[in-house]
Amino acid sequence: MAVHQISNNIRTLRFHRGEMTQQQLAKAVGVTRQTIIAIESAKYSPSLELAFRIARVFEKPLEEVFSYEEENE
Amino acid sequence: MSYHEQKSIVSIISTVLIFVFYALYVLQKYPHKFPPSAADPGFWAAVILILIPISTAAKIIISIIFHSIYRTMAGEKEPSFSDERDRLIELKATRISHWIFVFGFLLAMGALSLKMPISTMFLIFIFSGLVSDLSGEISQIYFYRRGTS
Repeated sequence: MAVHQISNNIRTLRFHRGEMTQQQLAKAVGVTRQTIIAIESAKYSPSLELAFRIARVFEKPLEEVFSYEEENE
Repeated sequence: MSYHEQKSIVSIISTVLIFVFYALYVLQKYPHKFPPSAADPGFWAAVILILIPISTAAKIIISIIFHSIYRTMAGEKEPSFSDERDRLIELKATRISHWIFVFGFLLAMGALSLKMPISTMFLIFIFSGLVSDLSGEISQIYFYRRGTS
């Protein structure tokens, strides 16, 4: 059975952005800090709109922030 | 533990406490109505109708107390808005809660169709309301902890 996993580089991108805090990112994209924590730990896949907003904060294309992987079990 | 998890736990405890205290109050005030065998739909309807505003008022008061304690203990204000993840979790929890209540409703109708006393139907209603409320809160804790992806 195929398992779909959306992973992301938000933690790394925050680091390269002058150690931007989760709270700062949350404020920039209009969500709570808990949601950023959940996205970073792959417990929540953001909506397309939120994914674009996050990518825009880092000035990166969506594919550099999020990646979609398919694994066979 | 996040704010939402704490809020759900407080809600579970308050729901159980309100239900227990209300049940004890009804048992003490109307001991002749128990065991619930006599058909008295007016009494049971009043029990449910009074429980709803009492439960709502008590939950509002408990929520205000929880928020002030949270601000003091955590040293931060509670989130001022619900984002897409909060709304998704709330929707999923509400769906589970509604399904359980629908199951309780069908069970209550089944009890009536089996010629059980009408008080049994009302008791099933009350308990399915309690269980659906609790399951909604437990679902929220589950989704906040395990994630929704």
